[in-house]
Amino acid sequence: MKFVAVTSCPTGIAHTYMAAEALEQTGKAAGHEVVVETQGSIGSDPIDQAVIDAADGVIFAADLEVKGRERFAGKPTIDVGVKRAVHEPAKVVAEAVAAVESGVVTAPAAGAVSGGPGTKVDKNASTLTKVRQWLMTGVSYMIPFVAAGGILIALSFMLAQVAWGGAEGAIEVTKLDAATVFASFDPTSLQEWSVVLLKTGQLAFGFLVPVLSGFIAYAIADRPGLVPGFVGGAAAGFVGAGFLGGLVTGFAAGFLALWISRWKVPKGLRGVMPVVVIPLLSSFVIGILMLVVIGRPIASAMEGLSSWLTGLSGGSSVLLGLLLGAMMGFDLGGPVNKVAYAFAVTGLATEGLAADATQYKIMAAVMAAGMVAPLAMALATTVRKNLFTEIERENGKAAWLLGASFISEGAIPFAAADPWRVIVSSVVGSAVTGGITMAFGSTLVAPHGGIWVLPLIGNAFGFLVALVIGTLVTAAIVIVLKSMRDARAVAEEEVVDPIAATA
Amino acid sequence: MATPLITADLVAVDLDATDKEAVVAVLADKLAAAGRVSDAAAFAADVKAREAQTATGMPGKIGLPHAKSAAVLAPSLAVATVPNGVDFGGPDGAATLVFLIAAPAEGANEHLQILAKLARKLVNPTFTGSLRDAGDAQSVSDIVNEAVA
Repeated sequence: MKFVAVTSCPTGIAHTYMAAEALEQTGKAAGHEVVVETQGSIGSDPIDQAVIDAADGVIFAADLEVKGRERFAGKPTIDVGVKRAVHEPAKVVAEAVAAVESGVVTAPAAGAVSGGPGTKVDKNASTLTKVRQWLMTGVSYMIPFVAAGGILIALSFMLAQVAWGGAEGAIEVTKLDAATVFASFDPTSLQEWSVVLLKTGQLAFGFLVPVLSGFIAYAIADRPGLVPGFVGGAAAGFVGAGFLGGLVTGFAAGFLALWISRWKVPKGLRGVMPVVVIPLLSSFVIGILMLVVIGRPIASAMEGLSSWLTGLSGGSSVLLGLLLGAMMGFDLGGPVNKVAYAFAVTGLATEGLAADATQYKIMAAVMAAGMVAPLAMALATTVRKNLFTEIERENGKAAWLLGASFISEGAIPFAAADPWRVIVSSVVGSAVTGGITMAFGSTLVAPHGGIWVLPLIGNAFGFLVALVIGTLVTAAIVIVLKSMRDARAVAEEEVVDPIAATA
Repeated sequence: MATPLITADLVAVDLDATDKEAVVAVLADKLAAAGRVSDAAAFAADVKAREAQTATGMPGKIGLPHAKSAAVLAPSLAVATVPNGVDFGGPDGAATLVFLIAAPAEGANEHLQILAKLARKLVNPTFTGSLRDAGDAQSVSDIVNEAVA
């Protein structure tokens, strides 16, 4: 008989290949042909589909989710752990022969959605490892959105500079109403093209928190988790809860969907459970959780923070800079960050400001601080590659551009994957930058733009010095904190990369 | 490849040890002494963590501790023969032949391919038998390097 097999193991360097060799040799000895696809740390060399089609049966000797499982659909399949293939390959081959002879095509195991997106989840891992793997699944699906959206926005700022002939282009482009522009789009206008880039980037950014939340829930509960996860993430965005809110909804939605999908329901209902009942119930509950239960305290806390900040504005400007910086670095686009940013932007609208008004200094401090986290993560991934996963290192490259463009979201994938280490370091470095910028008295009249509006910054040199110092501080702290944890964690997260797997 | 997978000073013949931690510690120290692992203790901890997931004992009284670790500087193999045997959770009793595989946390593909080639060899009883009978460290390392060349 002809068999195709897939082998994989947690580390991907030993058992994957031992099992492959054992199956091939044992098969040969018993007069069968076994073609093995090793899904190990070298990556895998997919078996030719024609070979799969010609095979009589399939052997999965995989401890990880089989990549591209749908390629093997419809064939008699046995699913054994990688260990059995090493220890008793003869028995495994005999079982495969028996499966072919009985002609039973085993249905994909409940939960293993054939053809669904990959996850990083190793079913045999410890709880702590699993939590990290759920997180990493969400993060790894979010990263391409961060990169695509962020780079589009940065490109838009660059193009706007050309289109408007100066640094104010980065400001002007955000003032145009996108809908009006598209209603009478002029393909010869660079200004309008920059609006297209900006809008597309912003739309991509709109998916950050839903994708994060949705794929955490997917990793936990499989397909039933997707709907409540995405809805919860969108709700977190709507109430301004940011990526931290998205982490909450991701886990809540995942466990809720998992729980509901395990209910014992009458046969008649079973068919509509995955399509109607689970998405309906779980989305409803997550919606209530986010909009009603969590939404209101967040809103009132934001309000409290704002008025507290207003009360502080009379005091020491360096302290205010430190505080605003810390807030910018805390949740990277979440509620605390928004309060600090809104505080600065609202100040800009004050009538009759002098060129060196405190309001302009605050804006400069807030923008500098908001650039620290992504730049520092980019730096850290460059100088200490081994502390980050492959996909984080790739994201680090985009983070340079995002940080330089004052797109704090560039750091979210890092913060979501390892919240406390990244947030602690980001808060400290951003606060340092905020404080120093205030001390230097740099000013900024524009609400955003990053280095693209450098010509509009008063004392731009001081601004840059403050930015570099804070970036170095954050990068140093995150490197120290990450070095202290088990190096093993990174290796585990590297085990399966769903993006690479589906690419 | 510039550095061979194994050299004679990474082989412990007729090691006297009572448990698998001791064997791993001896071999990890050898790797560190050879400059292939930056921190023997950290690497041993990574191996232990992998061991905790599933035992690595194999049929044929073989123990196969291994880990991908940030402490590993060059992909390496260290081998010990333990006549009295130490338990690696294998199906046919205590392991008398122990392979410790050290893989870097991130490595060039060619390195990982060599380790994959080695892993395939390890299920071949003729190969493992020849190592068991080799008698001295130099022959063990020669046999391995030849097998993965």
